Amino acid sequence: MTTTATTPDPSTGSTKAGSFDPIRARRDFPILTRTIGGKPLVYLDNAATAQKPQVVIDTIRRYYESQNANIHRGVHRLSVDATRAYEQARAKVAGFISAARPEEIIFVRSATEAINLVAQSYARPRLGAGDEVLITTLEHHSNIVPWQIVCQQTGARLRVVPINDAGELEMEAYGKLLGPRTKIVAVAHISNSLGTINPVKEIIAIAQRQGVPVLVDGAQAAPHLPIDVQALGCEFYAISGHKMFGPSGIGALYGRFDVLDAMEPYQGGGEMILSVTFDKTIYNHVPHKFEAGTPNIAGAIGLGATIDYLDTLGLDKIAAYEQGLLDYTTKTLASIDGVRLIGTARHKAAVVSFLVGDIHPHDVGTILDQEGIAVRTGHHCAQPVMQRFGLTATVRASLALYNTESEIDVLGAGLRTVLEVFGS
Amino acid sequence: MTELTDLYQELILDHNRSPRNCRRPVVPSRQAEGYNPLCGDRVTVYVSLDGEVLKDVSFEGSGCAISTAAASIMTQGLKGKSVGEARALFEKFRRLVTGDPTGDGEPELGKLHAFGGVSRFPARVKCATLVWHTLMAALNDRGEVVSTE
Ligand SMILES: Cc1ncc(COP(=O)(O)O)c(C=O)c1O
Repeated sequence: MTTTATTPDPSTGSTKAGSFDPIRARRDFPILTRTIGGKPLVYLDNAATAQKPQVVIDTIRRYYESQNANIHRGVHRLSVDATRAYEQARAKVAGFISAARPEEIIFVRSATEAINLVAQSYARPRLGAGDEVLITTLEHHSNIVPWQIVCQQTGARLRVVPINDAGELEMEAYGKLLGPRTKIVAVAHISNSLGTINPVKEIIAIAQRQGVPVLVDGAQAAPHLPIDVQALGCEFYAISGHKMFGPSGIGALYGRFDVLDAMEPYQGGGEMILSVTFDKTIYNHVPHKFEAGTPNIAGAIGLGATIDYLDTLGLDKIAAYEQGLLDYTTKTLASIDGVRLIGTARHKAAVVSFLVGDIHPHDVGTILDQEGIAVRTGHHCAQPVMQRFGLTATVRASLALYNTESEIDVLGAGLRTVLEVFGS
Repeated sequence: MTELTDLYQELILDHNRSPRNCRRPVVPSRQAEGYNPLCGDRVTVYVSLDGEVLKDVSFEGSGCAISTAAASIMTQGLKGKSVGEARALFEKFRRLVTGDPTGDGEPELGKLHAFGGVSRFPARVKCATLVWHTLMAALNDRGEVVSTE
């Protein structure tokens, strides 16, 4: 037997170097000291957007205060420095998701833009009438509508992998739907509405056997799990800055180099060209070919700082901590009469969707807000999931690394208040 | 708790539990559908007109307590009113729920005063007004679905 870093530390009752300390991490997020109507903020809407650590806020401010310049076009010192910082951020994103090289990272506005880029630049020229795009019932509208648009443009057909009552993908149906006409598969790594962690590695392996490329929508995975795109083997992977404690207005698309290299540009403009004449324009190399115009420089640098921050905490430790918190949350909710969980997959991230008796989620949300608790109520931009369960809305508590068991206790008490107000 | 009990007054909770006039008439002379894309709630309002008089008003749909009670109380209060009176009442109701001080203490509002608490919950104003917008669409006989957005 060997002693490991997870041996309980008798002095604190917690674990040693191997563990994660949410109380300490909370201090990194200035907004968490806020009160809402006199009550401490309990922020449980992380799947909508996550809060920002001080280092990220400071990095962006410092950039604008002392480093701001346009990139890739100046010989002056500021421009050279800004270009270096921007490209370093690209390398950090590449490292964060274990891409083979920085050029495989394209900076975009959001996960939504990453998916639209793939739909228009990769799929559109390769789709024809009778071809199929395969997505799943669990997708966010961002991973549905871009595919509907490209299907409309090309005459291709959208096929959808169903889910079971627990909110898990029906893998047998997936195998059957994946056919000779399937030209691309697009699937969420983690469902934003139910928290289901999809077996993306298996999904990719099955598609690969038939030579079908896969886009993974990792918007909800990046803040919760270590990601390794090479181990996964996917062609595309989309992430979103604001969901992973970074700035809004920045996201990244990973594309395997050979795939990106064979793709047409997404938008035209400056930055994405090598030379322009009225007869002929020569496009820039990957990734610049896909980054027309002045990008969100501060956002990219801020995202780089976010990744440095997450690296110091360790996503594997964050994931382990959040699993414990998810268990605690699930038990707390189950102990309240009338609360019904929607989404009970075996593999889940710390997202819980639920109903409280027959009380409408908006009423639940308003009453919780009075207690300082921020939850999302509604369809979570995933109306097909709601339809699958015969609902129009749920209450969703989505957790992050800085949430604690005592905050879940506040949620439990808040839900009891809801039941009291409604006299149930 | 006070702001909450202000919002969820007993009258509102009661109409939410057992909504009045929640039915589809055999032959409504007008109807319109309302939709709140934020929460996915839908409501259909039916009106039976006798000339300019609202002989009967009813609704169907599902929504939160505020929107259900708003529909229920609205339909109760409008029977026998003229189209012009209904429009004027909506204007007063709108001012009440958006916190416009001129909307307070209007005697015609009657039971609708129960929605005064909504003004302190800006995110919920649309829940209270959706059914009214839908009613207006029915009276204007516009076929389209009205939306809160
Ligand atoms: C699973 C999933 N995909 C995509 C998106 C869209 O991300 P963005 O806000 O970066 O466009 C979201 C955001 O809610 C999401 O949860």
